[in-house]
Amino acid sequence: MFKEKNKRKVIPWLYLVLPIGLLGLLIYLPVINMFRYSVTNWDGIDPVRKFIGLRNYDQIFHNPDIWHSLFNSVYYFGASIVQIGLALFLATVLSYGFRGFNVFKGFLVYPFLLNSVAVALVFRYLFQGPGITSSAGGLDWLLQHIGLGHFITQWTGNSSVINYSLAGVSVWRYMGFNLILFLGSIQSINPELFEAAQLDRANRWHQFRYIILPGIRRITALSLILAVSGSIAVFEIPFIVAGGANGSSTFVIETQRIAFNEGRVGYASALAVVLLGIVLLVTFVQRTIFKDEQVDLV
Amino acid sequence: MRNRLVAGVASSVLVASFLTVVGYTPAQAAPAGWCKQITVLTNRTDIAPTTFTKVYGPQFTAGPGKGTKVKFEAFTNYNQDVLTMMNTKNYGDVLGIPNSVTPAQFPKFFSPLGKSSDLSKIYRFINEGSYNGTVYGLAQTGNAGGYDVNLKDWKAAGITTPPATPAEFIADLQKIKAAEPNVIPLYTNYATGWAPTAWTNSFAGYAEGPDANNIQAKDKAPWTAGKDSYIGDDLLYQAVANKLTEADPTTTDWEGSKALINKGTIATMFLGSWSVSQFQGAGPNPQDIGFYPIPVKDPKTGKFQTYISGDVKQAINKNSKCQASAQAWLKFFEQDSGYAYSQGGINPYIKGPNGESYTIFDKLGVEYKSLNPAPAGHDSDLANVQKASGIPTDGSLEQSIIDTARGAKAGTEAAIFADLNNKWAQGVASLG
Repeated sequence: MFKEKNKRKVIPWLYLVLPIGLLGLLIYLPVINMFRYSVTNWDGIDPVRKFIGLRNYDQIFHNPDIWHSLFNSVYYFGASIVQIGLALFLATVLSYGFRGFNVFKGFLVYPFLLNSVAVALVFRYLFQGPGITSSAGGLDWLLQHIGLGHFITQWTGNSSVINYSLAGVSVWRYMGFNLILFLGSIQSINPELFEAAQLDRANRWHQFRYIILPGIRRITALSLILAVSGSIAVFEIPFIVAGGANGSSTFVIETQRIAFNEGRVGYASALAVVLLGIVLLVTFVQRTIFKDEQVDLV
Repeated sequence: MRNRLVAGVASSVLVASFLTVVGYTPAQAAPAGWCKQITVLTNRTDIAPTTFTKVYGPQFTAGPGKGTKVKFEAFTNYNQDVLTMMNTKNYGDVLGIPNSVTPAQFPKFFSPLGKSSDLSKIYRFINEGSYNGTVYGLAQTGNAGGYDVNLKDWKAAGITTPPATPAEFIADLQKIKAAEPNVIPLYTNYATGWAPTAWTNSFAGYAEGPDANNIQAKDKAPWTAGKDSYIGDDLLYQAVANKLTEADPTTTDWEGSKALINKGTIATMFLGSWSVSQFQGAGPNPQDIGFYPIPVKDPKTGKFQTYISGDVKQAINKNSKCQASAQAWLKFFEQDSGYAYSQGGINPYIKGPNGESYTIFDKLGVEYKSLNPAPAGHDSDLANVQKASGIPTDGSLEQSIIDTARGAKAGTEAAIFADLNNKWAQGVASLG
């Protein structure tokens, strides 16, 4: 019925119709609406949306509370650096292919595969102190039994500790993701390079520094970009473990609180647009610094 | 050719199942306004599957419902979830009005139920659910201001009468802490968010009189010493600063706390009378749960007082095709179901029996009062000022007060109140 040549041109587009349609409907359309809402003072239900120009943006830049919640992202960014370092170390060790390394790989990657809400709920109970309803919470019990009882503190109640506790949960949860990326990348480096290096009597550290690191440069850059944009947009862990209370609130938690608890959807949309701008800016800066060059290993 | 046939069948099945999932079914045929089933939205996740579905629902279906079945949908985050649903036309047939809907918005979402002047002869708390002389929502039960105590714990500390001033309240909590070190004198339920809002909201009228709401709608500094809003939040601050509350507020457990106040591990919880029946039912000691009046006596008469107000208002979705069924359910629920009585509350149906939480009040001769309604045309003022001020109503304000009082957050009480006054003044100014 259709000419073979035309069919081949058209069929790829037909395959794309559904995904692009869903992308447009569920992502681009809401984002365009978000820009529209951000110049109104809509409360989320009123049929009337009053246009107020850029007043929301003006309010944002004069409100110190919002920027304070953005500051909490620094804790998560620090945690991401630890996470990347840890993942890199473990990926390098795993890449040497010792017996049983698949088991270790499974254990280390498994947390990433879990549902993040489930993880946060479990940690919420782990962080509970010796409450009035039960004996010591999971983490306190463990510390007591291995003799580190003097480290026990109120993991979520102590406001100077809470962000570190939550950032720690984030590291536990997401390290598996970085590990997979690094491991795959390391394993794709030509093994002849390692053999040649061993013949030149290079030890593991030299191999790491001169072969592995340059070889996975692209993945490292990608991980850093994801770490920054991920830290700015943290939501589930602080929200479920502590409700964003006690100084653990992040920019996204504040945005959703303002939108749905206070009923100021217009203002919250403006906040979301600002967040989008920040992430785009950071990505642009990183792309300029880490230029995407080809790396020649030979 | 065969491949095309298979593809055609597969895609039709896909489309059909997609449409079914999305909810496209042919309209139910029924006499005008009456439906085979109505949906009622509720925040009572605890009793929706039991009392509502098994008792009230079938009673209605067999009686005034004329065969209409009732389906109950309960939400834990009721306000947020229902607000999102109200963006569409499908938000149940009967629902509780979410907190942040202002009276001026009532006509946009809910069906009128009648004139205020007529319905106020049948029901209490009419002005809370009306706008411009028309009623849109009926309170599902009535609450009296006060707080819950475990009578055994208070007696064991040597306290026989309820405290009459905020200072006495703090002193009594300190007596409890000294006499019973294993008892938490006051449990804030910080982690729920909504529970601590009682501190800000429950004192309206006690110091400033029945016109308090109308005064506050114009007041540029309501958080000043001697005024209602100040008294409540200051009392919370003092209680936390004096270490009379739980050690780690971030890990409080609402459902667990009901059993604990029944057992006696918790001595006091600051919540309205709606909580009394829940605490009584949570353990083996219902006789130990008492309800004390707010520690602010009427300056003129020197007696304890309590302001009664409506609980959540039940309203009918304007877009519902089941108006007659919904109205029948609403009437049944308010007048015949016995819900208000079972909650121990003041019955919104004037002819109905009041619940039994108030025996202590009657012994003390507590005066029952109501706040005055807003003057005509100003029904929405207080709600509008609240919205424009940007002061959160979801508990984050009270959480902030608790954090500052226990030293987890930098700041002082004076600074918090100054900031609140500032924001409220801006809200008042925006009314014009």
